[in-house]
Amino acid sequence: MTAPGFYVIFWREMLAIRKKFWKFLTGSLVMPVLYLVTFGWGVGGNMRMGGGSYLEFVLPGIIALSAMNNSFNGVATTLNISKLYYRTIEEIMVSPVSPWSIALGRVLAGCVRGMFSALLLVALGSILHVEIRFNLMFVAVLFLTTFAFGSLGVLAAMITKSHEDMANFSNVVILPMAFLSGTFFSPTHLPEPFTSIIMAYPLTHASLSLRAIAAGGGAPVTSLLILTFYAALFFTLGGLSVKRLEL
Amino acid sequence: MIRIDGLTKQYDRLTAVDRLNLSIADGEIFGLLGPNGAGKTTTIRMLTTLASISGGMAEINGLDVEKTPIAVKKIIGLAPQGLNLEIELTAEENLEFHGRLHGMPTRERRARIDELLDFAGIAEKRNELVSKLSGGMKRRLLIARAIMHRPKVLFLDEPTVGLDPQIRRKMWEMVLELKRGGITVFLTTHYIEEADFLCDRVGIMNRGRLAALGPPAALKEKTGRYAVLCRQFDGCRPAFFPTRADAVSFASGMEEDVTIRHTTLEDVFIHMTGEAFE
Repeated sequence: MTAPGFYVIFWREMLAIRKKFWKFLTGSLVMPVLYLVTFGWGVGGNMRMGGGSYLEFVLPGIIALSAMNNSFNGVATTLNISKLYYRTIEEIMVSPVSPWSIALGRVLAGCVRGMFSALLLVALGSILHVEIRFNLMFVAVLFLTTFAFGSLGVLAAMITKSHEDMANFSNVVILPMAFLSGTFFSPTHLPEPFTSIIMAYPLTHASLSLRAIAAGGGAPVTSLLILTFYAALFFTLGGLSVKRLEL
Repeated sequence: MIRIDGLTKQYDRLTAVDRLNLSIADGEIFGLLGPNGAGKTTTIRMLTTLASISGGMAEINGLDVEKTPIAVKKIIGLAPQGLNLEIELTAEENLEFHGRLHGMPTRERRARIDELLDFAGIAEKRNELVSKLSGGMKRRLLIARAIMHRPKVLFLDEPTVGLDPQIRRKMWEMVLELKRGGITVFLTTHYIEEADFLCDRVGIMNRGRLAALGPPAALKEKTGRYAVLCRQFDGCRPAFFPTRADAVSFASGMEEDVTIRHTTLEDVFIHMTGEAFE
């Protein structure tokens, strides 16, 4: 019996991660730790939010942010380089693995990258005695989040025609989402139309869900549905973009 | 094995490949020869499903390239012009990945990896990262990878570009061995001597069109077996003659220094297209 196509793509990515594990580990930690130190301790050290410390408020948001960044960049950057620089994507595109399997394998590898960094933050929070509830639902939301942003990474890598395009995509799509999706503040505190815009971002719903679970409640159903919608939409667009790729 | 009928590739206003017609027999080494930008690589990209077809059709082993891409991908191998190996993986892992992509069972994959590392002459480098291999080794690994899954047709896009003459010869031996193994080889090159030495037939391509088609010897025969070169000729273009006696007779009437030599495929190209081979 041979492995399905998506698993072969996933296997190759895991092999590459294993070979440069320490680089991967460092890369996964730098940005979230910086956010944690800057916003958690630096800005919000003495602040209280929703009856708890600001750190307790901000950590689930930073976990969502880190999951997004690592799953998106882990897929988009590597795939973009593979397409434009090393051209290793040709080897995959000329194999009998279907475009959907190629997209799925890459997205799942993005999920591993994103979830790994998120789980590192959960561990870091535990070391710092930041109390958040971590359960299976928390993991499920993380998976959904990383799946959505990994898929967006596939789409971005396929539709951008240069490294500069890729950087622009990150600046226009990812960066505003990182700052405006309620990671560092409650999105309901802003005036319209900002609240509506923010509520349309998938990261907002990842943050809201993780924050609700971390506080001991359940994830809002609306947020879960919106996240699922984005995951399905981005994966469909990502798969189609692989299918239509011209090399 | 390969049937191409009116194959066309259009990029906006540029026609990269213009109504190409071609048939390639089972077990043949066929070479597309032409200058940079002639449309050789675009032709290979269409045949290997990497680029869409704007017009016409192509069949490989009876399978329509556009309608049944997955089935076509199972029976073709491609060694592209660029060294698109996975540089963070070892030589062995590159072959392993390719075998897995093609759904080869573990036992067959392992045996084939050993066989191909020997065939490519890099068995002792199997655990070396690709980034540490020499250019010639990478080229050989690229071909080994392309035939890992035992394709019926192998596409080689400029297989010896950038290699020194000695290694180029080794690559030629490798290609001839593949032919002996029954693989149909479709290669592109802009090295005249490569096409001459390796190919059963060549197609000379210029500006997206086929300017000439046939076995190298027949094309040269048709142009004239002997070429007389003189600086005074228009743009240094040679004059062609069927026999040496005719060439000598022509040259003896010239006042300038002239050179008489055998016609090359480059001469055929110049003769057919009226353009210099760049």
